[in-house]
Amino acid sequence: MLVRASPSALKQGRWYEYLIRFALGGAATVFAGWVASRFGPWVGGVFLAMPAIFCASATLIETHEARRKREAGKPGERRGQQAAALDAAGAALGGVGLVVFAIVFAASVERSPVAALAYASAAWLLASIAAWWLRQKLRRPRNLAANSRTAG
Amino acid sequence: MEYVARFLIGGFIVSAFALLGDLLRPKSFAGLFGAAPSVALATLGITVITHDAPYAAQESRAMVLGAIALVVYSIVVCQLLMRTGIGALQATALALVVWLLVAFGLQMLAGAV
Repeated sequence: MLVRASPSALKQGRWYEYLIRFALGGAATVFAGWVASRFGPWVGGVFLAMPAIFCASATLIETHEARRKREAGKPGERRGQQAAALDAAGAALGGVGLVVFAIVFAASVERSPVAALAYASAAWLLASIAAWWLRQKLRRPRNLAANSRTAG
Repeated sequence: MEYVARFLIGGFIVSAFALLGDLLRPKSFAGLFGAAPSVALATLGITVITHDAPYAAQESRAMVLGAIALVVYSIVVCQLLMRTGIGALQATALALVVWLLVAFGLQMLAGAV
């Protein structure tokens, strides 16, 4: 499956939706910093991987997909839920990358903090893409088998 | 002032990753950006300025546990949406309990070792 950019998808968004995500992202960062200053880095660090804006993102994806289907004259509710579920499946793979990010940062920050942020970000991207690619590879034989059973 | 900087930097990085997620297809690939290290980049970037490197290292070691909990959380959200028919807002809000339980359960285990 090819990865591509779809600029038309941006037209589905409303200005206030971007504002909500900005505010939630900012609030999550302030909250994580406050928890660390109040309870220490061992508790605060956990909140660096909090699914703070995931609620908003998944709801927006569901709403956009359902609206798109309704405009095409089809019932959109189930399709919206499926789109949000696919996004969540992707987030699980991105979460694997986030584990790698934290490990790489912890291992390299004491040598150079700026380089550690760069290494950890690159590690997140590579690990996430590798996990996604592996899942696609593992799913393909199962899908082919299911299709051949249906055809047979 | 530090909290204003946190809010602006965090909001900007989260929005940038969210925009990338909106732009990319297929949806399962775009979903990767739902678990982007946006809050972590903003917070750890500020932490290395306001504190020292060992403090930031301890924060990121704790983050490993939060990230494992995020993987479980995302799988639970996916299953709730596919199997129960509830909406995204309810599924993501309900699964927050799972994230908290897994994250702090792992932290208790790690603290006990």
